[in-house]
Amino acid sequence: MAFVEIENLSVAFGRSMALRGINLSVERGEAVGLVGESGCGKSVTWLAALGLLPASATVRGSVWLDGKDILGAPKARLEPVRGGRIAMIFQDPAASLNPVHRIGRQIGEALTLHRGMTGERAKAEVIRLMDQVGIPDARNRINAYPHELSGGQNQRVMIAMALAGEPELLVADEPTTALDVTIQAQILDLLTTLRRDTGMAMVLISHDLGVVSETCSRIAVMYAGRIVEEAPSGQIFSHPGHPYTRGLLGSLPPLTGPRRRLVAIPGSVPEAARMPSGCAFAPRCDLSTELCAQVDPAPLPLADDHSAACVFAKPYQRNVHPVAGEGAFARERVLQ
Amino acid sequence: MLQYLLSRLLRAAVSIVMVVTFVFVVLRMSGDPATVIMGADAPPEAIDAFRKAWGLDQPLWVQYFAFFEAVFSGELGRSMRDGRDVVAVVLERVPSTLALTIPAFFVNIAVGIPAGVYAALHRNSLIDRCVMVMAVTGFAVPSFILAMLLVLIFSVTLGWLPSAGQDSWRNAILPIATMGFGGAALLARFTRSAMLEVLGQSYIRTASAKGLPWSAVVWRHALQNAAIPTITIIGFMLGGLVAGAVVVESVFSWPGVGRLLVVSVANRDLAVVQAVVLMIAMTMVAANMVVDVLYGLVDPRMQGQARAARR
Amino acid sequence: MSGGTAELLEARDLARSYMMHRGFLGRTTQVRAVDGVSLSLSRGETLGLVGESGCGKSTTARLVLGIEPPDEGAVTFDGTAMPRSGTSNWAALRRRMQMVYQDPLQALDKRLTIGAQVAEPLDIHRIGTSAERRERVAAVMAEVGLQPHHAARHPQSLSGGQRQRAVIARALVTNPDLLVCDEPISALDVSIQALVLNLLMDLQERSGMGMLFVSHDLRAVRQISHRVAVMYLGRIVEEGEPDAVLQDPAHPYAQALVSAIPHPGKTAARVILQGDPPNPANRPSGCAFHPRCPVATATCRTEVPVLKPRRSDGRRVACHVAHGEAAPARAPTMLETC
Repeated sequence: MAFVEIENLSVAFGRSMALRGINLSVERGEAVGLVGESGCGKSVTWLAALGLLPASATVRGSVWLDGKDILGAPKARLEPVRGGRIAMIFQDPAASLNPVHRIGRQIGEALTLHRGMTGERAKAEVIRLMDQVGIPDARNRINAYPHELSGGQNQRVMIAMALAGEPELLVADEPTTALDVTIQAQILDLLTTLRRDTGMAMVLISHDLGVVSETCSRIAVMYAGRIVEEAPSGQIFSHPGHPYTRGLLGSLPPLTGPRRRLVAIPGSVPEAARMPSGCAFAPRCDLSTELCAQVDPAPLPLADDHSAACVFAKPYQRNVHPVAGEGAFARERVLQ
Repeated sequence: MLQYLLSRLLRAAVSIVMVVTFVFVVLRMSGDPATVIMGADAPPEAIDAFRKAWGLDQPLWVQYFAFFEAVFSGELGRSMRDGRDVVAVVLERVPSTLALTIPAFFVNIAVGIPAGVYAALHRNSLIDRCVMVMAVTGFAVPSFILAMLLVLIFSVTLGWLPSAGQDSWRNAILPIATMGFGGAALLARFTRSAMLEVLGQSYIRTASAKGLPWSAVVWRHALQNAAIPTITIIGFMLGGLVAGAVVVESVFSWPGVGRLLVVSVANRDLAVVQAVVLMIAMTMVAANMVVDVLYGLVDPRMQGQARAARR
Repeated sequence: MSGGTAELLEARDLARSYMMHRGFLGRTTQVRAVDGVSLSLSRGETLGLVGESGCGKSTTARLVLGIEPPDEGAVTFDGTAMPRSGTSNWAALRRRMQMVYQDPLQALDKRLTIGAQVAEPLDIHRIGTSAERRERVAAVMAEVGLQPHHAARHPQSLSGGQRQRAVIARALVTNPDLLVCDEPISALDVSIQALVLNLLMDLQERSGMGMLFVSHDLRAVRQISHRVAVMYLGRIVEEGEPDAVLQDPAHPYAQALVSAIPHPGKTAARVILQGDPPNPANRPSGCAFHPRCPVATATCRTEVPVLKPRRSDGRRVACHVAHGEAAPARAPTMLETC
């Protein structure tokens, strides 16, 4: 069994279904990307898994951590998991840090909780963690408040805080969306390095296929509270099986080659309270038929590790076609 | 921090100058003090003599500066009624007023804040609804009606507590309860909304995701942040307590500054009125300063402002 | 219309500073948000203005429209000098130059219907009779892909993409010659971004308007622009054809920016810049980029590089190293790559 296995997870806020049965597993040390547009439920999945949703949410399903279901587990069992085995970082680092506490204290708190460190030992470890995530002058910065640091530095503080509990899985929820492009590159690079050094698994939640594909080996595409496609990173681009994935790829302006008209996805995401019957993507899909309005498609295996929830998705043989992004690699070489 | 304190002090000084000016203008605008005090049918010679004695025959700006001088040297004139120095007249009443306002203030804090926090943490529960109903009631019912209601229940019907005078500590209970309840209701409302706002913030989610037990999230991460807006309200209340004492002291015939003001207005004892108004205004300025200093202690972003200024 | 041969828009050495007030007794600091920016734009052309937060690109957009007066420099629109903002001449000119903002929900008034808001510029400039206005609003709404029934709706009841269409419709209703878009797609989902980019390109093709497209997104800028200018700390550091700049950036900052673009299939090799973008209130001496530049030399610390054509291929770039005026501190091939 995988390290974390989410099984048939559903979340409802009143009558709005935010998640409609998510199945996702994360192996030890693996990096999984979760991609989708706003409101698709990619963040809710992990907030629900860790019991961080408000009490008004109805959560069903199972979340197996090392073979034990933690969904709805008592606090005494959940609290050591949060930050200890599964740590989370969020989109807006400045808002995610407590404005009235020094950053050293906020990192130290996690050390006390999960590793029982206090006093000088904790302080030394805080400084080591801040060095590790690349905060310059850590010895003095531990006394800084979040508002005295830039967005990028604050996200590093968040990462240091997440590392404090030596987690086996880091869930990074849009960690670079609020940051500038060059800072985004710094943070993604840091996350990759840390993963290599510590061997922790990572789930990277993002709306940006580019961000995810670079950092993760496996990608799950979400739409309207479902995972509609799941595949190894390369195959998502070479053989996108679901029309929504193809739409996302088509709407991304290319960086090289002739400029083509972007293939936009018409319409907009259905409201959670008014989910269409059948396939949720059907009203926006150019392939949709009457069948799609009736059948809610289950994930269909297309190749090893590759599945798509579309009645028109076709199985294929792996490695018949060249790997995607050939042109991109060529450009990379030119750049060097 | 020093810079921050200095800037707040300067601001308070500016407020005091403005208050004094305001009092001067209002008192001069409410009519010729000589006629007001001596009565319209007083002989003209007497009015002239009065004018001369009080410097009312001088040009306005001379009067203005003389007024300032008087205020800052603590010479606000003598009471019309018994000819005593008004500062002494007012100061003699201050302990009585403090005997009501200080306990009332503690009731405000000790009841209002816990009630607000509890209501926010148990949103939509029965207790939350009760607290909110009480808060709205306390907010909407004027203090004199509440005071009379309390008198009706506890003095007239039950006969447990005296309704007027200052004979023993038991006389203080009803006035303190009146002032305490109104303030506590207000504070409960604001604390609740401040807490709810803070509990919805991203850093609260971070604290939970870190593995902190909920009680630690509330104690260590939510309360200090919720304190920031709450302090503003406490500052207003602190300033308003003395003003609120005016009504409550009158109802309970409590011989404090508030009652003195009411009596002096009725007696047209201008010098006393002026002294009391100045005192109430200064309490408000002082309360605001305390709030500013507390802000600096609770919210590091405020000190940051001062630190940036020093660079 | 005057001067058919002149550029539609010409900005010379624009500079704009703000006084930043810190604290109650704090000293005021001068922040040069825009520091000597020149640009030109012809009809039917799109100039992409790229840079990170605080680089002055949005301020440049406002200066170009005359919404704010520049401290130094001048803007010429269609051959005539930009009138002062607030004057009647300027107001009259505003119907020929319109703006699209980042957050459509903020740019729209929640209390008014979409139809009323799209008609607003016509009302302000008193264009046409009320029947003509209604006709024009209906036409422009159809043009941006809104249904007639959307006119009666309020902004909150529309999707993000529809709202941005409404903002664009309002900007286009007066048939402007110049459209300035300030981060028009960054608040939108990816699939909606594509719709808006397609729409802007179609509209330009039909009307031949000039477009200034301000964005931090190099992909979008490449898609839509004929020319791109990269800004860093209030200055343009490189300017050229999008493909040339993206494939072979000359300025070290542009190189870092291009290599930072996340890219499906890209797995390695990236220039990681050290440090944060500097605070405009605390501008480094010489070339403002030198503290973060992997190839900065002693000259870069003291002398401000001028934006001028590179000898080899005519690319306009402001960098001592790119112009060969200073030997790079390290060979460019040794750039910090990971």
